[in-house]
Amino acid sequence: MNIASLSQWMQQGAAEALAPVTQAAAEAAAPLVQAAAPAPINTGDTAWVLVCSILVLMMSIPGLALFYGGLVRRKNVLSILMQCLAAACVISLFWHAIGYSLAFSPGNGFIGGLDWAFFKGVALDQAHPSYSVDGKNIPHAAFAIFQMHFAVITPAVVAGAFAERMRFPAFILFIILWTAAVYCPIAHWVWSDTGFMSVLNADVQKAGNAVYDFAGGAVIEVTCGISGLVCALVLGKRKGYPNHMSPPHNLPLAVTGACLLWIGWIGFNAGSALGANALAVNAVLVTQLATAAAGITWALLDAWFHGKPTVLGLISGVIAGLVAATPTAGYISPGAGILVGVVASALAWIFVIKLKNRFGYDDTLDVFGVHGIAGIVGTLGAGLFASSVINSFATQTGGTQVVNQMKGIAIIAVYAAVVTFVLLKLINFVSTLRASNHEETVGLDVTQHKESAYTIID
Amino acid sequence: MKYIIAIIQPDRLDEVLQKLEEKQIHLVTVTQVMGHGRQKGIAEVYRSHKEGGSLLRKIKLEIGVNEEFVQPAIDAILGGAQSGNIGDGKIFVVDIEKCIRIRTGETGNAAIG
Repeated sequence: MNIASLSQWMQQGAAEALAPVTQAAAEAAAPLVQAAAPAPINTGDTAWVLVCSILVLMMSIPGLALFYGGLVRRKNVLSILMQCLAAACVISLFWHAIGYSLAFSPGNGFIGGLDWAFFKGVALDQAHPSYSVDGKNIPHAAFAIFQMHFAVITPAVVAGAFAERMRFPAFILFIILWTAAVYCPIAHWVWSDTGFMSVLNADVQKAGNAVYDFAGGAVIEVTCGISGLVCALVLGKRKGYPNHMSPPHNLPLAVTGACLLWIGWIGFNAGSALGANALAVNAVLVTQLATAAAGITWALLDAWFHGKPTVLGLISGVIAGLVAATPTAGYISPGAGILVGVVASALAWIFVIKLKNRFGYDDTLDVFGVHGIAGIVGTLGAGLFASSVINSFATQTGGTQVVNQMKGIAIIAVYAAVVTFVLLKLINFVSTLRASNHEETVGLDVTQHKESAYTIID
Repeated sequence: MKYIIAIIQPDRLDEVLQKLEEKQIHLVTVTQVMGHGRQKGIAEVYRSHKEGGSLLRKIKLEIGVNEEFVQPAIDAILGGAQSGNIGDGKIFVVDIEKCIRIRTGETGNAAIG
């Protein structure tokens, strides 16, 4: 995903970019690394990745929790806050136990093994054993921790699609099984050094079949969007949808959450450079500009078609822009980033505002409309505008790479849809998914947690 | 004894309270309420979800007075709340059957002031 020193790599000449990438990168980095000896840990790079991992955790708690919490009705706000927090607790432990190993240990092309279960052999003082380019200056454990927070936020994003109607026990079962069976394999395909569409897999790179996904436009956003859509369809519409729904109960809460997401997302994207380097700087810039452009795009479309720029519209556009920047941040230039942000926001707007109502499914917080659509646009943009000057892995660009990205998106979408569907059906045997009519009417806060967010008197 | 119920615009509350004070009417209960008249509310939009003519915020005043204060109270409310625009609100006046001051147990005209 990155090279240690962009300027140094550029001095080596572009010819090396076309050589098998792991070799090229190893050569480029050779003067720093001293050949065969394990790379020394760089404290600056390590500090940056640790800070970014904290920023990514801040995205889910409290960022996403508040964003979602403000958008639901007042009787369900605690339930969605609880789901985001519970995901942080449960998935952190799961990731340490087997999740990281399933996603990133060598295994085969489809899924990792259990060699690194409970972070066994995940060194505190040495880099990832086979990451010759990526994160060669940071401890292996720092990378595993950074990825832990990605795993935490992913199922929490999906929760937006079935908000206000899933029973809590079923939710807990779902996030564990879904992380194991959907997220871990997909992360393995795209990001591990053995994955069958990973830029780190030398054979795949040589054959030109790799999918460029810098921080998770396909791995996280498309996966979330498709899985969310399947959840919304399997669980069915909320009572009263679409004609008798209350508006968001607390937009200031949602705005606060969206702002925390924006700030945290800088760490999400730029931290994926796995070092404090030129690639990270590019990622910060692409993320900021794409997000700004996407927010303005949505607000302008609202103003044009509904008479006023809405607050909910602006933050929806911001999220669409952040999603679009996720796969692209470390592959494309800031200028191309602005373009991708605008297109992603406009298409998400058309989908959420114009098309969604015709389909009649109830994706409560538009996980598919915003994350899915913008994730697809971003992932395609990462291929179309990929530049080897920005990222040494980008050995292909334009149409050829767009076809690769499309194939990757299609495989991920079909896999995520099928497995999510099967998991939901299986879970329903053990623990009913859908809240009862009574539970839904009274609200999940009282019926799932025996608490209310707001008192009426005192 | 009369019970005066007035629905007014929220931004007129301070002025109405001040006018009531000027007329020596000190006892008033204020509630935030929602409602709309013939003018309907403003249509709101949340993503694809349109809220047609939603309810508007209003203030409800409730004042119990003896006969001689009925007209002053009405004048005070009119003076404070009237802007001439749609949505200024309404005043209702109804008879009170009984009034008891909880602290002392007094009843009738003595209890109301």
